[in-house]
Amino acid sequence: MSLQIISIILGSLTLAAALMVVLSKHPVRSVIYLVVTFFLITSMYIMMNAQFLAVVNMIVYAGAIMVLFLFVLMLLNLNKEMEPVTAKGSQLAAFIAGGSLFLVLITALKDTLILGQSYRENHSQIGLVKELGNLLFSKYIVAFELTSILFIAAMVGAILLAKRENQIIE
Amino acid sequence: MQAASSIGTSLDFYLFVSFALFTIGAIGAMTRKNMIVLLMCIELMLNAVNLMLVTFSTYYNNGDAQIFVFFTMVVAAAEATVGLSIIIMAYRNLKSIDIDMYNKLKN
Repeated sequence: MSLQIISIILGSLTLAAALMVVLSKHPVRSVIYLVVTFFLITSMYIMMNAQFLAVVNMIVYAGAIMVLFLFVLMLLNLNKEMEPVTAKGSQLAAFIAGGSLFLVLITALKDTLILGQSYRENHSQIGLVKELGNLLFSKYIVAFELTSILFIAAMVGAILLAKRENQIIE
Repeated sequence: MQAASSIGTSLDFYLFVSFALFTIGAIGAMTRKNMIVLLMCIELMLNAVNLMLVTFSTYYNNGDAQIFVFFTMVVAAAEATVGLSIIIMAYRNLKSIDIDMYNKLKN
């Protein structure tokens, strides 16, 4: 019973934090709320016993990517007057479109087979580091090595793009 | 549908949260005009999909989906670095992060 209450509280907090990401006017506040959202999603991974992904999510998303976002925001030194505003009409259209999307998704959920299935009954051990490590270094070893190439390409691209023009020429 | 007493611990609750997160991210991507907030909304949508993959992985007791989530995180990290450096470069040229200013890329 207490577990259900914890789940519901975590879920509603996640949605509230995600809403604040979209609604808050100041970009730095958006980043902070996004960090909160990622922490809450990490807690959901823990509830589903996906321990490896919980740790990776915390380190990569809440640690690395969000710090990158924050650094860029501080580097650009934006003030509140520069925050672009959206027209009311397009805002309304976006909310209607998003609401319809949500309605379609929920209708699809209504007929799924897993409705009402408790994940506690499964006693899933699949999210542990040992199981995922076995899988990652046997079945998915080629994809794992290819991601290193992707990272090198992203790194070179980021350095080249962020350099000033005259620095490239010299 | 099962009784409401099991709503917190059932998997469809997590699916519901994932759908709602995706919708919020999509609405944010449609309404906000700040380029950096737009990238953050894309990250939100990626995380919603990750949550759904982990939910189904737990249900079917299959690790492949969690490996897929791992690769999604890798691609998201690479995408964020390149996207942010593109934003920095565009900000140097245009002195703005409004996406409406970026239609100069057309020519």
